Amino acid sequence: MTNDILVFAEVREGSFKRINAELVSAASVLVDKLGGVVHIAVLGGAVDGAVEEARSYATGKVYVVKSDVLDSYSTQGFASGLEAVLKECDPAIVLFGATAMGKDLSTRVAARARGSLMTDCTELDVEDGALKAKRPVYSGKAYADVITTKATIKMASLRPNIYPAAQKTGNLADVAEVSLPITLDQIGAMVKEIVVTSAGRKDVTEAEIIVAGGRSLKSEDNFKILEELADVLGASVGASRAAVDAGYAPHSRQVGQTGKVVNPKLYIACGISGAIQHLVGMRTSKVIVAINKDPNAPIFQHANYGIVGDLFEIVPIMTQQFKELLAS
Amino acid sequence: MKIGVLVKNVPDTETKIRLTADKQGIETQGVKYVMNTYDEFAVEEALKIRERLQDGTTVTAITLGPERVVETLRTALAMGADEAIHVDDPAFEGGDSLTNARIIARVVEPMGLDLILGGKQGIDYDAAQTCSALAEALGTAQALIAVELKWSEDNQSLEVRRRIEGGDEIVHVKLPAVISCEKGLNEPRYASLPGIMKAKKKEIKKVDLTGVGLDSAEVGASGSATRVVGYSPLSERPECRILEGEPVEIVKELVRALREDAKVL
Repeated sequence: MTNDILVFAEVREGSFKRINAELVSAASVLVDKLGGVVHIAVLGGAVDGAVEEARSYATGKVYVVKSDVLDSYSTQGFASGLEAVLKECDPAIVLFGATAMGKDLSTRVAARARGSLMTDCTELDVEDGALKAKRPVYSGKAYADVITTKATIKMASLRPNIYPAAQKTGNLADVAEVSLPITLDQIGAMVKEIVVTSAGRKDVTEAEIIVAGGRSLKSEDNFKILEELADVLGASVGASRAAVDAGYAPHSRQVGQTGKVVNPKLYIACGISGAIQHLVGMRTSKVIVAINKDPNAPIFQHANYGIVGDLFEIVPIMTQQFKELLAS
Repeated sequence: MKIGVLVKNVPDTETKIRLTADKQGIETQGVKYVMNTYDEFAVEEALKIRERLQDGTTVTAITLGPERVVETLRTALAMGADEAIHVDDPAFEGGDSLTNARIIARVVEPMGLDLILGGKQGIDYDAAQTCSALAEALGTAQALIAVELKWSEDNQSLEVRRRIEGGDEIVHVKLPAVISCEKGLNEPRYASLPGIMKAKKKEIKKVDLTGVGLDSAEVGASGSATRVVGYSPLSERPECRILEGEPVEIVKELVRALREDAKVL
């Protein structure tokens, strides 16, 4: 086994996702202690653009598995390709994004390699050859400190928006082509279509700014005032479970337990009281702004800035002022 | 069709998590354990398939854990599952998800299941690994975070709609397969009173270390490649600054503070 780290690069619609550069940044800190280099694995059908992008980040090699079989994502196809890369590259650690794709693939690959896997990590470190991680448990109500205990290959998935995106190295890494050892007929599940549900808007898990609403929005229609604010800020729109259960917003936007965990720079909670189930999903946001009529709402105990007032009055003023600010 | 459903007994979502003084675990006193939220969707979906097919399809609930988890098997039986299997042995203590999935694989392999359903993750350790690791151990297809299942006419394949960032993926899946379930897939039923009474009398099959045919070194803490060394509470958030005054003035100050003090704009 080498002292190197392999980053699995997520490529969607041919483009190299931001999380990949965040993983490189996390990997750089770890390899400094291990004394190895950072390799990147790029798998897919049409991935030439992503490979070029990866070459500007890797301090080791870019391992490429290019095949028509990987045109659409399949767990078995990608796991097989990554397994072939692992044989060539023999890294100590493999990092994935804690995304739908990263989580789908990492477990399959870790199980196959008889390695270790820590999912959804928020901190990573190495000590005496072991990989150490901090990861949220009990839906984000506490953290567990986990270490690897065996010499087998170590894998982890890292939450988005925790590490800054790495700087490009200024060089272009060498490419190593690896052939795919699986054929279409050996794959039992394959993506046949992707339905975009949040056209033009980032998913809440990937957003840097989120404007979120609770049940006090009172209707699906009223969410428009949050949409308007979000448009000005280039933000995503989130919702509390109460708002989703009332039918004001789709479940894909739900933040908190039984929804998504988010980690933006700025979270603007509008008419959200701050039930524990919601707080666990957004508490790690860098800055939280709360707008609520009730001065005793628990959300204020977690916010950096609080406005006690009517969101229907405050939010449009915010939209107006941000618009003026960002236009200037 | 033979369907297996993986269920887990976890602290209720309302639970306030308090760490023990030595930070090695959580205070279990007063904690109410229930069926994992996402597993309810899995049980419901299995029952719906059985009701639709009306062909002798069976639903077997499976769990791994100490004696207390039997209650969750009873819940699955009360909802309508046909059989229940409790996988338990002192040697399994301290096992991580990948290790536990290998144990479950040994239990389900001889059953020849066509479909295995589970929750998208356990709301205790939130690892979200068991379903995928089980699919790998069994060599079957997988589809995770399912919000809709559309079956083919012969019921040998299906289209799974699964949640990804910013949208859904439609995955074509051939059986046998392992599918993990997300909120939105269905509305889980409540157990009926007769169902609860019947579930109390049903036999629960036990499988231990000998039953799974593994060596004690391959299971539990000794068989696992990860170990939890401690827990820590959430970090404190800074005190909230309540902005006061006329709405326009408040917002002006907020915008300034976000830009100049917090530097997030």
